[in-house]
Amino acid sequence: MENKEAYNWTIEAKASLFDLKLNEVWAYRDLLLLLVRRDFVSFYKQTILGPLWFFIQPLFTTIIFTFIFGNLAGISTDGLPKPLFYMAGITAWNYFADCLTKTSTVFRDNAGIFGKVYFPRLIMPLSIVVSNLVRFGVQMLLFLLMMGYYYLSDARFQITWAVGLFPIIVILMALLGLGAGMFISAMTTKYRDLAFLVGFGVQLLMYATTVIYPLSTALDKYPEYAWIIEYNPMTPIIETFRYGFLGEGSFSWGSLGYATGVTIALLLFGILIFNKVERNFVDTV
Amino acid sequence: MNNGLVIKVEHLSKAYQLGQIGTGTISRDLERWYAKVRGKEDPFLHIGENNNQSTKSASNVVWSLKDINFEIEQGDAVGIIGRNGAGKSTLLKILSKVTAPTTGKIFGKGRVASLLEVGTGFHPELSGRENIFLNGAILGMRKKEIQRKLEEIVDFAGIERYLDTPVKRYSSGMYVRLAFAVAAHLESEILIVDEVLAVGDAEFQKKCLGKMSDVSKGEGRTVLFVSHNMDAVATLTTKSLYLKNGELNLYDKTDTTIQKYLETDTNEVGIYIKDPNANSPSFTKVEVITSEKDGTHMNGEDLIVDIDINMPEIIEGMSVSLQICNSKEIPIIYTYLFDTESPLLRKSGVNKMRCILPKCKLYANTYYLIMHLAETKGKFKFEEVHKICEFEVVMPNKVIEWGWQKDSCVYTEDFTWEKI
Repeated sequence: MENKEAYNWTIEAKASLFDLKLNEVWAYRDLLLLLVRRDFVSFYKQTILGPLWFFIQPLFTTIIFTFIFGNLAGISTDGLPKPLFYMAGITAWNYFADCLTKTSTVFRDNAGIFGKVYFPRLIMPLSIVVSNLVRFGVQMLLFLLMMGYYYLSDARFQITWAVGLFPIIVILMALLGLGAGMFISAMTTKYRDLAFLVGFGVQLLMYATTVIYPLSTALDKYPEYAWIIEYNPMTPIIETFRYGFLGEGSFSWGSLGYATGVTIALLLFGILIFNKVERNFVDTV
Repeated sequence: MNNGLVIKVEHLSKAYQLGQIGTGTISRDLERWYAKVRGKEDPFLHIGENNNQSTKSASNVVWSLKDINFEIEQGDAVGIIGRNGAGKSTLLKILSKVTAPTTGKIFGKGRVASLLEVGTGFHPELSGRENIFLNGAILGMRKKEIQRKLEEIVDFAGIERYLDTPVKRYSSGMYVRLAFAVAAHLESEILIVDEVLAVGDAEFQKKCLGKMSDVSKGEGRTVLFVSHNMDAVATLTTKSLYLKNGELNLYDKTDTTIQKYLETDTNEVGIYIKDPNANSPSFTKVEVITSEKDGTHMNGEDLIVDIDINMPEIIEGMSVSLQICNSKEIPIIYTYLFDTESPLLRKSGVNKMRCILPKCKLYANTYYLIMHLAETKGKFKFEEVHKICEFEVVMPNKVIEWGWQKDSCVYTEDFTWEKI
């Protein structure tokens, strides 16, 4: 029997669930950046408007929301200028929703590559989150421009200290989307049904989050059902976001702490199950 | 020369589930889990099932690799041979960590680069340069490393002028050259190459083989190489693994192994066998008899297809049709049989028949059969079987000046040229 210490890698049938191979992920960091670049560049290659497309979607959604929910349905916006209120919700929500939906199909979308070459699979969902961060950054710019416009036209809003929580909020949104997305992606390799659920599930979830209405109104009008909205971890995130940038919204350390707890739990769970499926998914997808 | 072992494979096995995976998995998963809780063995895995693709077995779990053990020394160039489905690709996939083994262990030393497919991860919209970086990174290179090798890669691929053009505008030859160039310049101790050289023109294939032999002989790296091309295996490798039905049949010097393979692996390819349907007519056996062994057919020779059809009861007006389609699933040849014209399906039980295609001049490619079984009057289709009886057509060893190009045509014809 020769000395097995001489080998520096092993392939085994069963691997520890908790072996996340983070050092490998680090070794492949260049790949992560190149994937992000690929996503960004290929997004607007051969389009006329190019990166402007990043603006168009949130802008039009805001206009439509303002018209339908603001004017037609007359839902309160906590006294904030309607476009500003919706834009805040949409920008934040889009980031979370994009992270979730794109990660949830990561195995299916990359089956070709995953089936032919090995690299730490975690790179793919991570690159999605970072790619979307670029997009989110561009959309934040639009939101800030709009804030500037309303500031000059003397609209009633104010930036509060909670704006300092912005980085934490972004991380929470990213990780929440990543965790939930990875969980779903791992499950969809076997049960395709989930893929259909995600599409409209995310849409429905938006209505259970305070994107088009403030939490205060929900608590006011439907006190007995408002718990659904309150238990949704995205609600405190968006409320904090609005409170920070616009000075309106229900902010509390408790609910933000709750959102953080849910995020960490979901992320750990997502990574574990992703890690488990990753090893053999090529055979079932 | 003994430089020590770089790969050691111990009791490696891999099971695959056949058939529908999507349906009933929740209940199966629950059953499996329940068996595990009670400490029983997995009800769906039976060790010992053979991976013989032509016969149907009771369980739909198949062992693609069964208890494989071997060792590879540093600097060895090892060929892996065996017929289609013998487990060659599965072994490479496990060694490249694309999929995990069901049981067993592999110990290894040094960085592994695997080239199971040419151009994995190429993005059509990105330029050649961008794709070199992306593809290199996917294969595990750092950006600095690629930067250093960029010139060499571009040079090898011969695409200087197109470096900043999106690869979707590349000819397929350029695409393949670029992709191979990236992988060949990877700095790794172990290089795993699947049958990727089947693409590209003859000149480039030669260049790639040359590069690979540099890698193993000149640079002292370990190479694992799968191919159906015995000439390539013989020139490139010193030792070979011969896999048969998922088991390691022989691991010896390449000459010895190839000889054993050619002697023992008889024509079992091109066959389809199925248990008869109880209530409706069905194909029970379809077999392509090719001119050469191992499911290989020589362009211009007679191609024979033997067909067994089981008829539980006599039905009038049966019709059978046979299509031969190429690897792109484009039907090339269509033949048919109407029972009213040539009565071959007139008894209950198994009816045997033979279809002969004299001097079949299919061009070099991989082909499959598509079989249909129907009743003409009522236009009722009993069975349709797709992609069975794979066989390979090769061109006669006649020297034509530029060699037989891939995809020159799908069919050749007799011809003469004369002065008028």
